[in-house]
Amino acid sequence: MKKTPLTDSHISLSATMAEFAGYEMPLYYELGVKAEHLWTRAHAGVFDVSHMGQVLIEGGHARAFIEKITPSSFEKTPVNGAKYTVLTNEAGGMVDDLIITKRSETQFFVVLNAGCKEKDLAWMRAHCPESVEITLLEDRALLALQGPKAERVLTETLSLDLLALRYMQMVQIDELFISRLGYTGEDGFEISVPSTYAPALWDRLLEHKHVNPIGLAARDSLRLEMGYPLYGHDIDDTTSPIEAGLTWIMGKKENRDFIGAQSIFNHLESGLQRRRIGFQLIGKGVAREGAEIRTVKDEVIGTVTSGGYSPSLEQSIGMGYVDEGEYGTDIFITVRGRNIEAVIKDMPFVTPKTKR
Amino acid sequence: MSALKYTKDHEWIEVTGNKAKIGISDHARDALGDLVFLELPDTGRTLSKGEDFAVIESVKAASEVYSPISGEITSVNESLADSLDDLKEDTEKGWIIAVEMSNPSELEGLMDKVAYDLYLGEL
Repeated sequence: MKKTPLTDSHISLSATMAEFAGYEMPLYYELGVKAEHLWTRAHAGVFDVSHMGQVLIEGGHARAFIEKITPSSFEKTPVNGAKYTVLTNEAGGMVDDLIITKRSETQFFVVLNAGCKEKDLAWMRAHCPESVEITLLEDRALLALQGPKAERVLTETLSLDLLALRYMQMVQIDELFISRLGYTGEDGFEISVPSTYAPALWDRLLEHKHVNPIGLAARDSLRLEMGYPLYGHDIDDTTSPIEAGLTWIMGKKENRDFIGAQSIFNHLESGLQRRRIGFQLIGKGVAREGAEIRTVKDEVIGTVTSGGYSPSLEQSIGMGYVDEGEYGTDIFITVRGRNIEAVIKDMPFVTPKTKR
Repeated sequence: MSALKYTKDHEWIEVTGNKAKIGISDHARDALGDLVFLELPDTGRTLSKGEDFAVIESVKAASEVYSPISGEITSVNESLADSLDDLKEDTEKGWIIAVEMSNPSELEGLMDKVAYDLYLGEL
């Protein structure tokens, strides 16, 4: 199994470790999943997400290339502005979802999913003009500091004044790339740091009384409460951004020349066969990936793609795809043969507190 | 009170004559973490040794509970569903089901406390 620069730190914190995308990663620490989740919502949590791919895309045609492989436009994006977007394939499916930061017209910093690293690099290199260079930054770790106390923690531990840094913006301070964004719906930062300094930065953040280490299990329940799709579960090569509810990433549709544009615009015009919805259970139980979604008349209309217990709501929530139709918002989720009452809900399930 | 016996799947069983109470060990309880929901079986169901009869949903995952012996479920501890903290190595409050055993010789393969502790040490 591969390690991150922080794997030994997790083991010394008695984390329960598990394999994730080929890496030995912390699932949860001594606090446990629920307490870690609630701690992040109330204070600040630090996550090791160094398994994710950090990539630089550089060259004279870097922006044109980015606008070829994603449906987003970066023309009006300010320098150091970041966007959530997806890599699309010819059929209009998604190769991956990712965050792209415009460092300049000729340099973009990309963070993509650990499990898609090889696939994405191959995909990008296959569509890349000679003038564009793609570099996987293998000597960098990635830490996420998330929660309402995150800004204060960075001020008090590293003497950084980040008051002026806005949501979805990056600032480079020495060798740190600090981006005000995350996967939890809280205010917070993702910090790209040279691997050699990562353990020292990790330890420094943990010394703060408002910070606890948070594992991947709570990272998943935090993102679920926000309704963020998880690649490989809620979105994949066969789902389009339209049915996934990600049409907004196309903005005003300034970009019409990306890979799969024809399929996606056709899809927009012809209407949807299915769409991604969120649901909350009313009855007791937990609806996880693979459970059937049924109407109150017991007709199967879809499948759960991710689900779990929401520590903030103290109820089970989830998301999945359902066929288009007139069946209202009252549904059943079938778990081990038992129909559990549920209701279709707008996402996010919990109000985001990201800084504007 | 008779001593508890344990399975490799971390269930405990307390035997009194031909009857037995079944629950999960403290080790299993700790490993499951924060519990969310307990799915209980119906009274009267017939179980084979090794058959799953309940599901414990924790924040992390759904885990099945397996019967250490064959028999018929004579009662179910319904109150556990609303007091999940009691689900542990507690024969008074923490039992999940009571069973009328159909083949008590199946008990022979189970571990006593010392053997179970040694088994946990090897995990």
